[in-house]
Amino acid sequence: MSQCKTSPEVGGMGHSVKRKEDPRFIRGQGKYVDDVVRPGMVYMDIVRSPYAHAKIKSINTEKALAHPGVAAVITGETLKEYNLHMMPTLMSDTQMVLPIDKVCYQAQEVAAVVATDRYSAADGVELVEVEYEPLPVVVDPHKATDPDAPIIRDDKEGQDSNHIFHWEAGDKSGTDEIFQNADVTIKKDIYLPRIHVASIETCGCVSEFDSVTGQLTVWMTTQAPHAIRTVLALVAGHVGLQEDKIRIIAPDIGGGFGGKVPVYPGYVIAIAASVVTGLPIKWIEDRRENLQADSFARDYHMTCEIAADKDGTLNGLRIKTLADHGYADAAANPSKWPAGMFSICTGSYNFKNAFVEVDGVYTNKPPGGIAYRCSFRVTEAVHAIERMVDMVADELGMDAAEIRMNNFIPKDAFPYKSPMGWEYDSGDYHAALKLAMDKIGYDKLLKEQAEKREKGELMGIGISSFTEVVGAGPSKDFDILGIKMFDSSEIRIHPTGKVMARFGTKSQGQGHETTYAQIIAEELGIPHTDISVEEGDTDTAPYGLGTYASRSTPTAGAAAAMACRKIKDKAQKIAAHLLEAAEEDLEWEVGKFSVKGVPDKSVTIQDIAFAAYTNHPQGLEAGLEATHYYDPPNMTYPFGSYIAVVDIDSGTGEVKVRRFLAVDDCGNIINPMIVEGQIHGGLTMGLAPSLFEEISYDDEGNITGGSFMEYLVPTAVETPNWETDKTVTPSPHHPLGAKGVGESATVGAPPAIVNAVVDALSHLGVRHMEIPLTPEKVWRAIHKQDAA
Amino acid sequence: MATQTITVNVNGEAKTAEVEDRLLLVHFIRDNHGLTGTHIGCDTTHCGACTVLLDETAVKSCTVFAVQANGRNVTTIEGMEGDALHPLQEGFMEEHGLQCGFCTPGMIMSSKHLLDKNLNPTEEEIRWGISGNLCRCTGYVNIVKAVQYASNKLQETSAD
Repeated sequence: MSQCKTSPEVGGMGHSVKRKEDPRFIRGQGKYVDDVVRPGMVYMDIVRSPYAHAKIKSINTEKALAHPGVAAVITGETLKEYNLHMMPTLMSDTQMVLPIDKVCYQAQEVAAVVATDRYSAADGVELVEVEYEPLPVVVDPHKATDPDAPIIRDDKEGQDSNHIFHWEAGDKSGTDEIFQNADVTIKKDIYLPRIHVASIETCGCVSEFDSVTGQLTVWMTTQAPHAIRTVLALVAGHVGLQEDKIRIIAPDIGGGFGGKVPVYPGYVIAIAASVVTGLPIKWIEDRRENLQADSFARDYHMTCEIAADKDGTLNGLRIKTLADHGYADAAANPSKWPAGMFSICTGSYNFKNAFVEVDGVYTNKPPGGIAYRCSFRVTEAVHAIERMVDMVADELGMDAAEIRMNNFIPKDAFPYKSPMGWEYDSGDYHAALKLAMDKIGYDKLLKEQAEKREKGELMGIGISSFTEVVGAGPSKDFDILGIKMFDSSEIRIHPTGKVMARFGTKSQGQGHETTYAQIIAEELGIPHTDISVEEGDTDTAPYGLGTYASRSTPTAGAAAAMACRKIKDKAQKIAAHLLEAAEEDLEWEVGKFSVKGVPDKSVTIQDIAFAAYTNHPQGLEAGLEATHYYDPPNMTYPFGSYIAVVDIDSGTGEVKVRRFLAVDDCGNIINPMIVEGQIHGGLTMGLAPSLFEEISYDDEGNITGGSFMEYLVPTAVETPNWETDKTVTPSPHHPLGAKGVGESATVGAPPAIVNAVVDALSHLGVRHMEIPLTPEKVWRAIHKQDAA
Repeated sequence: MATQTITVNVNGEAKTAEVEDRLLLVHFIRDNHGLTGTHIGCDTTHCGACTVLLDETAVKSCTVFAVQANGRNVTTIEGMEGDALHPLQEGFMEEHGLQCGFCTPGMIMSSKHLLDKNLNPTEEEIRWGISGNLCRCTGYVNIVKAVQYASNKLQETSAD
């Protein structure tokens, strides 16, 4: 590649080097949590509630304890003895580890059985007898604050309704004024249903406690091991767990997507059980537990309003949202705003003003709110704006591309301050959409669509031009329970010039072992094959907040570059000593310092590394290593333009995504192969909720899609052959000009698909459809029958 | 709980154990014999992470009892590499057909079954061939390419 500064052997930025992780994974030699075996290890399984809301009248453990192999049954009363029956959520709410008085959602943990093997533990679960008294259930968030609604969190002092928070952002009166004077206003309810990340590896842990030394070691499916360690020390300090004796190890992780950020009760019960029994305990949830009880994503009921001029100029945006948080506000949201980054909702467009408000409520559903592969609440925001822009275009008879081109924030307006106060770092939205249109043949597609419509065939074209906000984040606005959202890199150059680098993040498939090595290769000119990368062990890695919200490259990747620059500064001093030259007379080119004007008088970084331990200048510390904690000055703002082409079978209502072109701009690229892979995966996780996935409940709070039989993760058959392209607009504030890419496609894809389906049906009077666009829903829209 | 003594030929090695009738093949492979390359993603035959070959057929080992494999051959991901990587293993690495690696062993075993039956599948045949295996990371595009890579390589070898 011409723009690469390093050779393929060095493999710095821009090279599609093969992944360092792969040799173990293709041989089945990855080490995931369920692969961990400890001497004397026992297994834990969990008794779960069949009711969504019920008083617990009694728990009888007698029969379970009499079963061969069962060692212990743990209930809320057991944990209460240690004051561990409740725990804080990441949003400073509280949630139950195990209940004492009542359960608040179906599949909630009620008790845990510890036994010698998985099968006996499962037998024990069947034998625990729990007597419940069902209570009235709150399922519909719109009814959660009715005066006669039962109070779900009556355990919380002063909580006299199911309302959790009200939050607003933007300029209410200024926006209202725009709406009063607008030529055109459109109002639409848009619902993004509850979905689940469903990583193929479920959650679990192995917890081991040494009662003599007080050392606790937990192998855990976590995206944020360091934060977990601190939270554990804070909530369990009173039972003697202190932070220097807690070691969290996140080994290989089988996909995270946000679902492995929260602390689930199962982890805490297993840890408590290992401390109490002194036995190493393994707990691995099964798929139904994973889908039914782990944190969900979305569940946003939005009422969206947009105001425009007759010529399609977009002026104002208002969104009022009801957020269903389940029974606890346990969102994995690293920002200080209860609705995360939802106020990015003005998107890629130059609005004059905007106002959003969000109310969170409790319902009898599992706790939380996680991101599902996006910065918290960005997908909701992008869905709203990209649907509303299409509705304005429909109303005014404009083309979907034209209205976007006319309203994009212009290239020369960056850094751009949005009406909501975000400062977009860089962008060229016109270029991305133009590339997408040219590449997919937009005009030809319009012609084809017109011809097909004549013949009665249903074909649609949908555009989404999204702006992401990732890389949490600047410490003034971003933290988890007060811990600021910096991230870290510690780089050690060994005497032989080989490198060990450790990070506060944790890859779950993103390929950090490869890409971080490439960053170091780029900065120091050391071949990527000479660099080992480690993450996930809190005993060895520097403190960091973990991997989610596309933050690893923006934060830890930047930290790596900054640490390398510290190393280079010291290397220059050593080089001057070795070359007997003044520091300022030296110049750097990939992998070596040479005397200006005398290129053959040079020393390589490997020579310098050796000298750092064998011949360092007097007065300078020996060694060659550096640590950097990077607190980003701003978020990064990746963007892109996606075009979807769909064909619809009018007989069955089935939607087929015939083509999908994604043009992404994530700034400077570290490894093009990996970036493309991230986009493929993100697009598929955008396709999934658009057409297939939804977690829903009946009136009694029974989950109606709690296994892979009903929760339809797309297979290779439904997934189209994604097409990708890129523009490159570097971030001006990131040391490498990179922005992060893991989640752009999940954010950008759904509205492109929905816009395409609505476009296919627009001549039938369809203006909006709610996801997932199931064959039944689409068939009913075609045949003008309301979805029941 | 009733037990039986069984012998299963796993990757060419006879493994004998006394097992409960209800023991699943995947636990026999993973827990009794420490071959942890075969993963568990759902317990319900949907995700395919536990796919192994039982004789010549790809099966989801979370839905087969260990006793059903008595006297039969089981091939797991650990049995794929001979003197060199299997072309499928090579293909997954060359074409970036994996990310987190959790579905990969099952994907490779299903793909092996497919190529054993049909050395030169079309893209659509590959997509159907791996449709019993869920991947949440890759979007399948590069998995399809990985299988095509292996198909090409195996055809070259068989033509030699």
